[in-house]
Amino acid sequence: MTSTQIAPRATTKRRPRQAAWWLYVVLILGGVITAFPFLWMFLTSLKTYQDVFLPNIIPTQPTFDNYSEVLGKTGFLRWFLNSVGVAVATTISVLIFDSMVAYTLAKLRFPGKEIIFVLILSTIMIPTEMLVIPWYLGALKLGIADSYFAIALPGMITAFGIFLLRGFFESIPDELFDAGRLDGLSEFGLYWRIGLPLVTPALAALAIFNFLGNYNAYLWPLIIIQSQEMRTLPVGIALFSSEAGTQWHLIMTASSLAVIPVLIVFAIFQKQIIEGVVLTGTKG
Amino acid sequence: MTKPKKPFSLAQRQAIWAYIFLLVPLTFFLVIRLYPAFDALRLSLLDFRSPLKPAPFIGLDNFKELLEDSVFHKALWNTLLYTLIGVPAQLALGLGIAMLLSSINRAKGFLRAVYFAPYITPIVASAWVWQWLLNKNFGPVNAIMIGLGLPAQPFLQSPDQALFAATALVVWQQLGFQIVIFIAGLEGVPRIYYEAAALDGANPWQRFRFITLPLLNATIVFSIVVATNGFLQLFTQIANLNPTDKGGPLDSTLTVALYIYRQGFDSSRFGYASAITVVLFIIILLFTILQLTVLRKRVDY
Repeated sequence: MTSTQIAPRATTKRRPRQAAWWLYVVLILGGVITAFPFLWMFLTSLKTYQDVFLPNIIPTQPTFDNYSEVLGKTGFLRWFLNSVGVAVATTISVLIFDSMVAYTLAKLRFPGKEIIFVLILSTIMIPTEMLVIPWYLGALKLGIADSYFAIALPGMITAFGIFLLRGFFESIPDELFDAGRLDGLSEFGLYWRIGLPLVTPALAALAIFNFLGNYNAYLWPLIIIQSQEMRTLPVGIALFSSEAGTQWHLIMTASSLAVIPVLIVFAIFQKQIIEGVVLTGTKG
Repeated sequence: MTKPKKPFSLAQRQAIWAYIFLLVPLTFFLVIRLYPAFDALRLSLLDFRSPLKPAPFIGLDNFKELLEDSVFHKALWNTLLYTLIGVPAQLALGLGIAMLLSSINRAKGFLRAVYFAPYITPIVASAWVWQWLLNKNFGPVNAIMIGLGLPAQPFLQSPDQALFAATALVVWQQLGFQIVIFIAGLEGVPRIYYEAAALDGANPWQRFRFITLPLLNATIVFSIVVATNGFLQLFTQIANLNPTDKGGPLDSTLTVALYIYRQGFDSSRFGYASAITVVLFIIILLFTILQLTVLRKRVDY
């Protein structure tokens, strides 16, 4: 069953022996280098404008004034909610539609299955860069540019998620569905009551992956958003920072505001997020 | 099918439900993915500058112009450089750190989380932090260099160094993903192989070369494919490392994806930009075919 595929990882300790001290030295040094940009960002966000250009790393008079300034000057909260909203909407849509297609391709028999499979598979090869110009011109023609619908639409269904889930549905024995049929479940009931519950780990992984991808998305939102209040967080941060010139304390504050919520969520759901990435990576 | 009650009606029911389930998604893939891809192909044959003006058909002129466009050649060359430097760097560091993390017991989860954090943080914010980190006059990296008695470096301001500095950002930001994937791959290698090899007197290098590498082949192929695709479509990091001169200085960090954006959305040359997307598509297609044929062969043992 699919749900057991994550579990054993936690219990396999490959080398119980005491590890050499130099391994820790190397790994901690690497960890410090990796974390330093975040630390530097956060410390700069606590500095005053004069302090920014002094050589000290620790702020001389730490202050949170920059935060109130950035929050007051920009539509930061609105941008944050825009990003979260788009990410939630696309993720819900992806979970519903990707799982429906994946289930259909894995478990149902119907004419034209191979052609449809190849058709969806082929879209994985098309780079987003190739699609954004036709998308943009199409949105202008339909008059839907600068709308939430236009920002979210291209991410509503993903071929990647379909292939990930298809693999999981295929590993469910057909007998379970036959038994469900004997119990009088409809074809929709088989998908909803038997199929979906058995792939929940994969659905969770896909949800995490998809949410992060859409929360951080830049290229398409940058193209399709025109008004200040429609900006998603990455677009808003980028434009604010470009206008801020050398006010690095404000730029680092804006970056901190974008990064800190993600790091908090990551700190809480660390295990699930990393396992989700492993799952999408090794199965997908 | 072990016990089909009513075989004919079951097959019919299945087909009906299949088409109901596929109706919306299939329409989506046709309208949002396939049609626009062909539309990009059509646009690449037009002199399309504005949706409000007529766009004359110019045949392959856009592609002919690409052959002469030295900025495009620069972008193409840079993209190749990013891939050739970044993918091996990402892979070697990712595998190396994953192997170190797999051999320790304490603080393993915490260290893994630290290395993974840059992967999930918004790229735009990370790029701005790196800009400030590598600032010529006030950045801490140069402060450390000076402290060590080395001369301060311009990094992102120098046409010779900027591409490497940008690659470092991408590697820093993607490394966590590679590490996590490699740790999972390493956990799939049975311990007994290493024990047997140790009994046979294999040294650490031999154990790595003849056990770890071959058994990790599928993971390595996956990592290469993901990393290569990331570098071939590199955009967000570069656009935000030098926002006033996207791809600068002197186009030294310019990528194909960023050039598409500049031509299409800064210069409003949608036809020309579409021609570049067609070239990018062909490059990605060739890389994918190459990777699947060359690398897949060595997966099965």
